Amino acid sequence: MATTEILKTTNLQKSFSGIIAAEDINISVKEGEIIGIIGANGAGKTVFVNMITGYLKPTSGSIEFNGKNITGIKPREATHIGVCRSFQVSQVFMSMTVKQNLMIAMSLSKKSGSALLDPIDDDILSKQCDKILKQYNIMKQKDLVVSTLSQGMRKLLDIAMAVVGNPKILLLDEPTSGVSVEEKFGIMDIVISALKESGTTVLFVEHDMEIVERYVDRVMAFYQGQIICDAPPKQALKDKKVIQYVLG
Amino acid sequence: MFKGILKEQTIQVGIGFVFIVVLLGTFILPEWMSNNFMYGLSRGLAVLGLMILWRTNLVSFGHALYYGFGAYAVAMAQKYLGVTDVFLRVIIAIAAAGLLGFVLGFILRRYREIFFAMLSLAFSMVLYGLLAKAEFLGSTDGMSISPSTMFGFELGRFGLFYFIGFVVILSLIFAHAYLRSSLGHLTTAIMDNEIRVEYLGYSVEKAIHIKYVISACLAGGAGGLMAAALGQVDPDSMVLWSVSGELVFVTIMAGLGNILAPFVGAIFFEFIRTYAYEFAPQAWQMIIGGTLLAIIFFLPGGLWSLFQKINPFKKEKK
Repeated sequence: MATTEILKTTNLQKSFSGIIAAEDINISVKEGEIIGIIGANGAGKTVFVNMITGYLKPTSGSIEFNGKNITGIKPREATHIGVCRSFQVSQVFMSMTVKQNLMIAMSLSKKSGSALLDPIDDDILSKQCDKILKQYNIMKQKDLVVSTLSQGMRKLLDIAMAVVGNPKILLLDEPTSGVSVEEKFGIMDIVISALKESGTTVLFVEHDMEIVERYVDRVMAFYQGQIICDAPPKQALKDKKVIQYVLG
Repeated sequence: MFKGILKEQTIQVGIGFVFIVVLLGTFILPEWMSNNFMYGLSRGLAVLGLMILWRTNLVSFGHALYYGFGAYAVAMAQKYLGVTDVFLRVIIAIAAAGLLGFVLGFILRRYREIFFAMLSLAFSMVLYGLLAKAEFLGSTDGMSISPSTMFGFELGRFGLFYFIGFVVILSLIFAHAYLRSSLGHLTTAIMDNEIRVEYLGYSVEKAIHIKYVISACLAGGAGGLMAAALGQVDPDSMVLWSVSGELVFVTIMAGLGNILAPFVGAIFFEFIRTYAYEFAPQAWQMIIGGTLLAIIFFLPGGLWSLFQKINPFKKEKK
């Protein structure tokens, strides 16, 4: 495993009108790591992801990405430097087809300036798009309007749209929430193998401990806005605090 | 941007449509009917601008701001610079409205839904108030516009009609090229999900700003052409809130299905208004309102949805 530090947070804190949602978060993530973020509802997991990806501005503390301070950057700036994300509730273009969704994501990540005025139906982009559709196993659904898809398919599309820009780090917020039991492992197998292949660092929020155990190198457990455990999965899932406050 | 655009079905049908309208208006129909076609084509440009905004779920209740600004730019260029050349008139109208749209766009791009609609209306009423009070611009009487020229020769009514057709074709080509581009596809994407667009790395506000300026340019061009066609500009017929209302009315009536819809809708509106006024001078608004109600109830996709049902081009939406 590579040892370069890609993400570091120092005393990260977020409060809403005096209510603390995240406090003293100090983490260090190495390139290529796959990290599981666990915790009960309201523990601060999504707030943490939102701060890293620019959706929320931290009240105090700092975030460093590849040695550069990125505290409080805008979501699109995060995307430009390679910090991408998927969402708890899939954020896709519901009235468009699967392929149109991916083509828009592709063209925005590959083109800039006046090239954005070229027709979106570009052969090269279309082939690259088909490759990702195959990789994420949604090729058969490419002409279906997204609003007609299952939650699982939407999650896959949401993640596929996040990876087209070749992120250096990808934060997945509950990639299997709302997905049927039968679909869960299939989706994670597809996603994790694709991300491992590209060497992307992954942090994903998850409630299903089977998935955490199976796919991650390290677990960060959140409780009341703080990290109470940061260890490999076998060790973390046996930790007393984790058992008491997270696994219940 | 324009690669292969003339081979696109929408553009070929659009050019054919404009040719037929211009030929009917100049050779076959009587003048009163021909005027409806000419005004419809001109006003259709402003409706096209509204349609581009509308596809992002942004409804402007004050687009007469740009329509009127374009018209008054033509009047002022004539008064202070002696400009009567039709090319220059349209360029001045488009540039003036585009510049105003660019400046106001910095404010409007931050608002959505009813706030966007009402703020647009507020800006248009500010312009109305200024024009109605400005005696050097003719106050409520407005200003007259001399006949347009081209290369020093007077254009005449037919010549102006051809020119309007030419501008409409150019606008159709530009609008289609924009809507089929990556940037144009953000029109629907932003309506569906602004958060995702931001996380794809593009500024939603910037995309809306670009769209807004394009829309303002089209409305300004429409105003400039209408000023040249009518030979008169005044606040009541160019900038008043009811003019903005008519543009919204025609957009709903036409539908958002195709870039040709605004022109079909605008011509239809001119005829409905003319006949309604002819047959029921005291209740013509009631006939127009009834027409809109009938379209909303029976053709919720607007007049264009009727074409989609009966014509072979129904699959294409650009």
